[in-house]
Amino acid sequence: MKILVCIKQVPDAKDVRLDPKTNTLAREGVESIMNPYDRHALEEAVAIKEKQGGVVTVITMGPPQAEAVLREAIACGADEGVLISDRAFAGADTWATSYTLAQAVQTLGGFDLILCGKQAIDGDTAQVGPGLACRLRLPFAACIQKTRKVTAQAIEIERMMDDGFDVLRLPLPALMTVVKDINEPRVASLKGKMKAKKAVIQQLSAADIGADPQCIGLAGSPTQVVRVFSPEPRGDRKIFSGSVAEQVDQLVACLKAHL
Amino acid sequence: MDYFFTEQQQMIIDTAREITNEKIIPARAELDEKNQFPREILQDIAKADLFSIFVPEEYGGFGGGCFEIVLALEELARGCVGVATSFAASALGIFPVMIAGSEEQKQKYLPDIASGARWAAFGLTESNAGSDASGIRTTAVEEGNEWVLNGTKQWITNGGESEIYTIIALTDPSKGARGASIFVVEDGDPGFSYGKKEDKMGIRSSATRELVLKDCRIPKDRLVGRRGTGFITVMKTLDMSRPGIASLGIGLAQAALDEAVTYAKQRVQFGKPIISFQAVQHILADMAIQLEAGRALVYGAAKHIDKHPKDMSKVSSMCKVFATDMAMKVTTDAVQVLGGYGYMKEYPVEKMMRDAKILQIYEGTNQIQRNVVGQELNKEYS
Amino acid sequence: MLIIDSEKCTACGMCESSCAFGAISVQADCAVVNDSCTLCGACVDNCPENALRVETADKRTQADFGAYAGIMVFAEYRHGKIAPVSYELLGIGRKLADKRRVHLSVVLPGGTVAAFADGLIAAGADIVLLAEHPMLEQFREDLYAGILEQVIRERKPEVVLAGATAIGRSVIPYVATSIDAGLTADCTRLEIREEDGMLLQTRPAFGGNIMATIECPHTRPQMATVRPKVMAPAEPDPSRKGEVIHIQLAPSMLHTQIEVLETVINNEDQVNIQEVETLVAGGRGLDSAKGFALIRELAGELNGAVAASRAAVDSGWIPYPHQVGQTGKTVSPKLYIACGISGAVQHAVGMQSAEIVVAINRDKNAPIFDIATFGVVGDLYEVVPLLIKRLQEIKK
Repeated sequence: MKILVCIKQVPDAKDVRLDPKTNTLAREGVESIMNPYDRHALEEAVAIKEKQGGVVTVITMGPPQAEAVLREAIACGADEGVLISDRAFAGADTWATSYTLAQAVQTLGGFDLILCGKQAIDGDTAQVGPGLACRLRLPFAACIQKTRKVTAQAIEIERMMDDGFDVLRLPLPALMTVVKDINEPRVASLKGKMKAKKAVIQQLSAADIGADPQCIGLAGSPTQVVRVFSPEPRGDRKIFSGSVAEQVDQLVACLKAHL
Repeated sequence: MDYFFTEQQQMIIDTAREITNEKIIPARAELDEKNQFPREILQDIAKADLFSIFVPEEYGGFGGGCFEIVLALEELARGCVGVATSFAASALGIFPVMIAGSEEQKQKYLPDIASGARWAAFGLTESNAGSDASGIRTTAVEEGNEWVLNGTKQWITNGGESEIYTIIALTDPSKGARGASIFVVEDGDPGFSYGKKEDKMGIRSSATRELVLKDCRIPKDRLVGRRGTGFITVMKTLDMSRPGIASLGIGLAQAALDEAVTYAKQRVQFGKPIISFQAVQHILADMAIQLEAGRALVYGAAKHIDKHPKDMSKVSSMCKVFATDMAMKVTTDAVQVLGGYGYMKEYPVEKMMRDAKILQIYEGTNQIQRNVVGQELNKEYS
Repeated sequence: MLIIDSEKCTACGMCESSCAFGAISVQADCAVVNDSCTLCGACVDNCPENALRVETADKRTQADFGAYAGIMVFAEYRHGKIAPVSYELLGIGRKLADKRRVHLSVVLPGGTVAAFADGLIAAGADIVLLAEHPMLEQFREDLYAGILEQVIRERKPEVVLAGATAIGRSVIPYVATSIDAGLTADCTRLEIREEDGMLLQTRPAFGGNIMATIECPHTRPQMATVRPKVMAPAEPDPSRKGEVIHIQLAPSMLHTQIEVLETVINNEDQVNIQEVETLVAGGRGLDSAKGFALIRELAGELNGAVAASRAAVDSGWIPYPHQVGQTGKTVSPKLYIACGISGAVQHAVGMQSAEIVVAINRDKNAPIFDIATFGVVGDLYEVVPLLIKRLQEIKK
């Protein structure tokens, strides 16, 4: 079975804080990590490979330093990694990203199952997975919390809904995005880390994947940022005083500003 | 402080640290309360290839030495000494095969140990033979192409959970110190069964059981090393494994120090965090100083042993004594710093204090260790 | 690419301070940009010397751009009910439609949905497009996406709104990609720009540390998803009139590759409080299990989940999965409201990394006030009902 996992290198969002003085993101000492949802997608792929046999490939669209998460993925059980990197990809929104990934997938070819994390913790849009399924014309389901059965022809999965879950069967090839409940990622093994060190990472540019310049990067992004601003500054802590009604009014005003 | 680890050593530390943070720490309180063997965690440890650290490369291992084991155990002990002991006991159990076993025996057992497919355990202690190992009464008698073993081993770590047991039995009771040999007994061998599981003060996730050998029949090829060399192999085994126990003490003390300092910074009394009071600071300072001194001694001993010197016993015993006595003191001090909260099971330090005690007792009590050091000094200066 | 004119650059550092991503900095005597640049253009706007510009290949523009008109809402049907977010979308949709002086339509796929048409019109819709068929009773990504795509291609709305729900999050990105439209997820604000009628979509990024306003200047429709409870539904007006259209569903539109084998409904205790953005927690101060009804109400108002301190769980007022603290779960939601919780360190360690902590306690010396962002000193049985009332008023 040929399984593909799409992963992303992201800043550790819980460490990203706004500097109240300069209104900018304080990036000092913020680590770059593998997007946590992708870690679960990778674990699921490796678990399926261990049961069914096959090969797990990981790809990422990113700057040169994104190679680190590909190696991390290999340490955790992936067989090979491919870096899709080009200056022309800069500024891509989710539409252009799914286009770029689709071009890469078609260049590499022949996957039976594609797994993605539900969303990236920097963008938080959850759009690339379904977008990629659309471009590759694959049956897909998002927010999968459990894989029940995998055969060469089909996959049976539990798709998380707002009120519970549905059990679906999709024919392969298919794409799914996963939530954290799906598994407990393994710790990278020593052998895995050694393999990751020695691995040769294939690198593909925009030309290598036959990308149309009008569909990638900023040029290919239908959404555009008009402006970026900080939410109401947090300020000092406030313990209110006065009557209950007065305090509640003050609380509501503060919450409105922050939410 | 920079300990100048190599890249491979750092890899081992990072891997063990991830296991501790993600698998051991979340589970340790429940394992302790329920007296539950950490089977799943040991499987995670196996999957991470940590069992392979001490196995030579030609048998599927990583080819590390005493120092690498020490580094892994220190990190695991920071999570839970019970879990780390279960891991360490498997190493202890297979060392006799690594030291004195035949090529066939190594090929048979080491690859499974390296992959974590099977675990080992060391069977020496008996009800009448603790510090006085020569007091063992388990016998092994040759009968055709079998050995027949009879006796009971007591307080065996991983008893009933491991599949491979290295058992020390008397093959020639009249020969005294030259009269014992080591055998591999496997789970499922006829006449081999387990006694009750002990209910212990600490390291409760570690399984401690009796091993009962009643006309236990094993094939001839299960004898490890030459007949009569049992105690020599045992001594060599303990020399190699004592730094590992010492490093359990280091990891445990580190965990206790971390909890104590964190708490002292948060706990406000008399209008200040208690770490601002000199009395508390001095306790913490002494804890940290002794911990660092212990670490230096253990690392030094482990590196010395990895040079395969003729004499390992003195440094091996020294680091075991120091680190484990230190761990007992540091964990007790940690409970003191946390005060009433330290005494409550809701906080992790009371378990650390209970876990520390055994380190001063098993693998040779600290009194025996001092005997060894004294005797070695005597030899050295003659 | 960000082009830096080194002749014009005076190394003043304005660009560095305006960059939210740490992508541009002054090295020696000129600004230098690194790979973190997202081409957002903030530095370009801030450079006093006009030394910066963003250069990019020409953008694609839709061919029949001008033909797109109208606001369209994608409504959700599941298990015999319409998701409340659908009415909230009609609320904001109505405002946008009135601003643009265009009609508001709503698409509703489902098993039996004709009965909901009147309610949707009362909620603000001018046109209700029903896709009704037994095959649509269960949500299937391919069927719902196919229907929405067809409706959009036929009716050419300029704006499409949907809920950021389990259904919305699968279907909408798929459709947006298929029709080459821009999509902004989890919008907290939607407005029409006066000058050109463009939809301005505002949403949080980087876990809420930054707000971004986004537009789709070259593609139509402009698509946006909105989380439940962010927008307010309009007051239903039963006298409103509207058109109801049953969409013709060709057999190809009902062809699916997805089999639904089973559907399972969760009860409240299976909610994972660690995944939720808002938590309302109750403690000893509730004095009884009944207090949790109030907690649930406040949580519902904020689209959050219910949590509890150990005291509440030990007293049997709420089951263990809701427990936060040393011996419970550790949570880091956006908003944590602690009601009647003293805030002892065993509880605090489980929630102190929440972005905003609101404490409601009648004891002004309770330790919870030391870690609260906002604190109300008072009886929670007076404070919480009033808080709920005020929040409901705001929605209107």
